[in-house]
Amino acid sequence: MLDDFFFRAVLGGIGVALVAGPLGCIIIWRRLAYFGDTLSHSALLGIALALLFDINVTLAVFGISVAVSMLLIVLQRRASLSSDALLGMLAHSSLAIGLVVLAFMTWVRVDLMGFLFGDILAITPLDMVIIWGGGMSVLAVVFIIWRSLFAATVSYEIATAEGLSPDHANFIFMIMMAGVIAISMKIVGVLLITALLIIPAATARRLSSSPEQMALFSSIIGLISVWGGLLGSLEWDIPAGPSIVVAALICFILSVIPLPKRQRTR
Amino acid sequence: MSLLKEPEMLVSLENAGISRSDRWLVRGVSMSVSAGEIVTLIGPNGSGKSTTAKLTLGLLQPDEGKAYRKPHLNVGYVPQKLDLNWTLPLSVTRFLQLTNRASRAQINDALASTDTLHLVNAQMNNLSGGEFQRILLARAILRAPDFLVLDEPVQGVDSNGELALFSLIENIRNTLNCGVLLISHNLHIVMATTDRVICLNGHVCCSGSPANVASSAAFKSLFGEHATSGLAFYEHNHDHEHLPDGRIHHNTGNGGKENTDA
Repeated sequence: MLDDFFFRAVLGGIGVALVAGPLGCIIIWRRLAYFGDTLSHSALLGIALALLFDINVTLAVFGISVAVSMLLIVLQRRASLSSDALLGMLAHSSLAIGLVVLAFMTWVRVDLMGFLFGDILAITPLDMVIIWGGGMSVLAVVFIIWRSLFAATVSYEIATAEGLSPDHANFIFMIMMAGVIAISMKIVGVLLITALLIIPAATARRLSSSPEQMALFSSIIGLISVWGGLLGSLEWDIPAGPSIVVAALICFILSVIPLPKRQRTR
Repeated sequence: MSLLKEPEMLVSLENAGISRSDRWLVRGVSMSVSAGEIVTLIGPNGSGKSTTAKLTLGLLQPDEGKAYRKPHLNVGYVPQKLDLNWTLPLSVTRFLQLTNRASRAQINDALASTDTLHLVNAQMNNLSGGEFQRILLARAILRAPDFLVLDEPVQGVDSNGELALFSLIENIRNTLNCGVLLISHNLHIVMATTDRVICLNGHVCCSGSPANVASSAAFKSLFGEHATSGLAFYEHNHDHEHLPDGRIHHNTGNGGKENTDA
């Protein structure tokens, strides 16, 4: 049953889930879900440009995500719009531009569904190298900046006053987010990346008593979701992304079901 | 304090001002904090106390004037407000190590000094206002800072606890020889514990030793005559204290016998 492509999908998915854990926690703590959404929507523009100029899709998506993050920083400083309005504009206009560019390229036949919802058949050995190489680099960097990043999450002012330079950490975090979007795209698809970041972290919240524990648990829960989701995808011939997200949702629902009430009857 | 050696200056502001949308939050503020000195900022709401503290910390850059901070200054900061997101699973022990690692012994010392040793395994989200404030203070002193900035460190703390915390702040100054910049509303305690008072109202109204400031006209007009009558130098003594776990400890009488009502 473990065909070569499926084995690659599972390995790739595990790589993505491991990285998504800690970053998903930061996203939840900082209420950045919409930022993740914006980056992943803009990924479609990256895909379109990759096809247009014939470059590696993952690298193109990474580049576009970094560009959108930087644009967001600039706009937040200049524009008088609120962050959520800016994010909404960036998300949907980059998605729209991506679709328009794709529509113009009549000579390219694109499996749009595959990009939007993930396609386990599309994972090549090169993708594996990118996912694991990129994923482990992201994890290493997040590990190094973790104290500053977490301190800035709790209090930007304390972190700054006590010399942790949170601005650097925040900037690096944005680039790491772009990296995660780029490597998750093939597995879960552009539209569902944020779910893979958020749902395992939300599940882990109920089970953890320290931030580091929550990061670890959400990696593990992500891993279980990827495994379960990909099995389901193969079994029922459904797209990989939705299948993984549904698996993650099941984990979440299991975690919120209250345990049998033992103490109450006394 | 010894007058033999000039204490080292940690931070200073020279004619510093901050403006936001054409309004000066503070302007023309000159002040300094040296090692071993407790400087207190007082003033009404919106007088720029927190803004001034942030200027000394480098959290805000002055729009005019200068701000100096000794390079590589080890800072401990208790902000006026800290909202913890409930999605953060954060224990007291982890919070104490927010910006630096600490050994178990250091953590216990810091908690013991703020009377919160019993909270060592608690979650930050479950603390009361006064407990939260004590933990904030414990975290700042755990760093053994050269420069301690306390923005209303005793809000929500009961009045007995307030006295204890202020004497703790004095103790810390004495043991670490750090400079302390304090913002407080409690004029009574401020006047009793501080070396220098700076009275702000968008600018420095008056400054100097507590006794001088209290008798100055600017201070009286700012806080009213009634605030200054019977001020300072107020000592408070109880014959017993309440231990954190609810027991009562008698300070006088039978050598500190304890009543256990639990």
